[in-house]
Amino acid sequence: MISTFLSDALIYLAAAIVFVPIAKKLGMGSVLGYLLGGIIIGPFFLGFVGQEGKDIMHFAEIGVVMMLFLIGLELEPSHFWRMRNLILGAGSLQLCATTILIFVLLFFIGFTWQAALASGLAIAMSSTAIVMQTLREKGLTKTESGKSSFAVLLFQDISVIPILALLPLLTILGSHVQTEGQTTLFSEMPGWAQTLTLLGAVGLVILCGRFIIVPFLRFIARIHLRELFTAASLFIIIGTACIMMLVGLSPALGTFLAGVVLANSEFRHELESDIEPFKGILLGLFFITVGASINFSLIISNPLTIISLVCSIIVIKATVLFVSGSLIRLSFDQNLLFTLGLAQVGEFAFVLFSFIHQLDILSTRWTDMMMGVTAITMTVTPLLLLINERLILPYFGIKEKEEKEADAIDESNPVIIAGFGHFGSTLGRFLRANGINATVLDNDSDRVDLLRKMGFKVFYGDATRIDILKSAGASEAKILIAAIDSPDINFGLVEKTKKIFPNLTVMVRAKSRLDAYELLDMGIKDVYRESLDTSVRLGVDVLVKLGVRKYSAVRASQNFIKYDEAALRELARHRYDQSDYIFTTREQIQIQEQMLNKDREVIPNINDHAWDSDLFEEKSDSGKN
Amino acid sequence: MNKVLILFAHPRFEKSKTNRALLKNVGRIEGVTINDLYEQYPDFNIDTDRERELLLNHQIIIWHHPFYMYSAPALLKQWIDLVLEYGWAHGRGGDNLNNKIVFNTITSGGTREVYAANAFNRFTIREFLVPFEQTATLCKMIYLPPFAVQGTHLLTTNALKFHVKMYHTLLDKLVKGNFDVEMFKKVEFLNDWIVKETEGHKP
Repeated sequence: MISTFLSDALIYLAAAIVFVPIAKKLGMGSVLGYLLGGIIIGPFFLGFVGQEGKDIMHFAEIGVVMMLFLIGLELEPSHFWRMRNLILGAGSLQLCATTILIFVLLFFIGFTWQAALASGLAIAMSSTAIVMQTLREKGLTKTESGKSSFAVLLFQDISVIPILALLPLLTILGSHVQTEGQTTLFSEMPGWAQTLTLLGAVGLVILCGRFIIVPFLRFIARIHLRELFTAASLFIIIGTACIMMLVGLSPALGTFLAGVVLANSEFRHELESDIEPFKGILLGLFFITVGASINFSLIISNPLTIISLVCSIIVIKATVLFVSGSLIRLSFDQNLLFTLGLAQVGEFAFVLFSFIHQLDILSTRWTDMMMGVTAITMTVTPLLLLINERLILPYFGIKEKEEKEADAIDESNPVIIAGFGHFGSTLGRFLRANGINATVLDNDSDRVDLLRKMGFKVFYGDATRIDILKSAGASEAKILIAAIDSPDINFGLVEKTKKIFPNLTVMVRAKSRLDAYELLDMGIKDVYRESLDTSVRLGVDVLVKLGVRKYSAVRASQNFIKYDEAALRELARHRYDQSDYIFTTREQIQIQEQMLNKDREVIPNINDHAWDSDLFEEKSDSGKN
Repeated sequence: MNKVLILFAHPRFEKSKTNRALLKNVGRIEGVTINDLYEQYPDFNIDTDRERELLLNHQIIIWHHPFYMYSAPALLKQWIDLVLEYGWAHGRGGDNLNNKIVFNTITSGGTREVYAANAFNRFTIREFLVPFEQTATLCKMIYLPPFAVQGTHLLTTNALKFHVKMYHTLLDKLVKGNFDVEMFKKVEFLNDWIVKETEGHKP
């Protein structure tokens, strides 16, 4: 038993280690890598994993559960409120229209109306896991399409709760008799009681979160044992999941709710940093099992049915998304990204289909078929996005490179700015005001469009792609400024540039002290922390408002920055001295502590006594005596 | 061998034809260090420790600057105020600069003739430089007459070339120690001394 567990783990990990880097190298994103890895090791190719893959999939669903917990954690009510129009508008439109169209389609191919409706609801779901991961990797979360995708996904995730509550009602209306001997408390109840149970369970989670979990976490935190807190975080998630499963509900939803409840607690960041690594690896495992679970024999025996189902589902979903995208006024490029990004059927469909099957609304054969279709659409999504990025957008959308008039001279700019958000744009304006032309790389099509109208030389696309860097003139330029918002993408860019374009001086925006350390480790000398100068400037104004003379305050700030930069480089060298590995949040706090201690030792205003005539008089007096 | 430190202060060096010519290739003379103050301290935040270290490592100091409003640009004054501190450069325990040589190298738009009692500027260059002279004296340094390139607006290419050659020769002699401090005291400008020296050596 143990040996099979270990060998399974070995196979899955190996699949991830082999295929994810290949996929990343080919520019396809990690999700596709996991899925391909799963297909290859699955029963229909190498056969390393067989039917037990299904069980492992159930285990890996914990990854989805954790992801939803994290999404819940990030979901502050104020944030939700700001996006309410987008979430309710685009979200409900997408869900309703897709459900109706799929319902019509399935009804006409012979489903009962209950089955068609239930399947329609399941198929309307998109994959939060794939879309969020892909958006984050491509640094697109803050673009219009990223925000709209998030809103639609959020609406879907939330609406799973009422859908799960309402599905049992379909069995009453259809007067189906519960035939399968499921042993959960839930399935033995009549439909109306199931609905009530569900609402009760939701209420229970909310109450527990408020009145039990937060005090419990406070208690654990007081013990000051790192791994105990991690254990407690996992306990909360798995506990919630177990309770939900006991009453027969989706564990993902339970934890999502728990996350929302804990979003306002003081442990939010702590929980986030604890769960993040588990989530990452289990989500990867989940994608692998999705790949491995694709039932190719079913596909081979019904190729036409499956293929036409996959195609028509994607077409229907994409059409609805495109229309909703146009209604919320996404530009063509952004809309295409939004449309193709969400066109797959998501992981919630697995949950819903198995629930529908359990309610005996859908036959086993069709359930298997639908699960297969779901897995295929999920696999196809990264490919669709890749086709969109490489083939569709370059020809129909905003061009990667601006077309020049025939007689325009192709002068190469000395400076390339990657990322033209708040940081990069200020920089670009400053350089332009001083007559320095910079080539801009950005992946937000709306912004690219605007900048081109303003006469900037802009390349559209992923700045870490070598061909784009090349066509932006990276081989001839002198300086590359990495000003991308996402530190990970910035790191990737810096790494590639250092290797492939050693001619470039790389100057990097660092989001935090921690990122600055990473960059210094990579051998970058020109590291700029976006939080340093601004906060010190604010500090100067504080001193001034409290009555300090302006020049003295400015001098103090100059010395502080000088001292802080020196301390940064000093601490960067010594930060690995601590023997135990510290997670991000903890490390931040530790750094703060070191800094505050050091500040106390050094008073950075030492050099100004030459101007201090009081001091001078004192010294002369003591000289006379 | 002496080591010479040029403390150069010019807020618009890139626009100054004369100073660019004077300083071009100067860094290549062995024993000469250029400390470009406006490049080093654009925010006027002078690192006094670094500056003192430099002073200690050199025997001859040159305040090289354009002559703005009869004095030096602001950063050089800031440098003097902050670096030549009581207790280090002068006063009790302030003996670190004893017997070091210091002088001004200046560039001015006006010619030598307009700096005289009965001329437009009413005082001589040497009189305008009195604050520098007394600062040097306070720090127990030996203050030499200035090296001056004047009438820069009307300078011909050949005349500029001549000045550059003279400046380089002067620096060379200072490094090699081919001079007698007493001889300097007899001239109004170091230019006069170096011209005489080079002519004297001509056959």
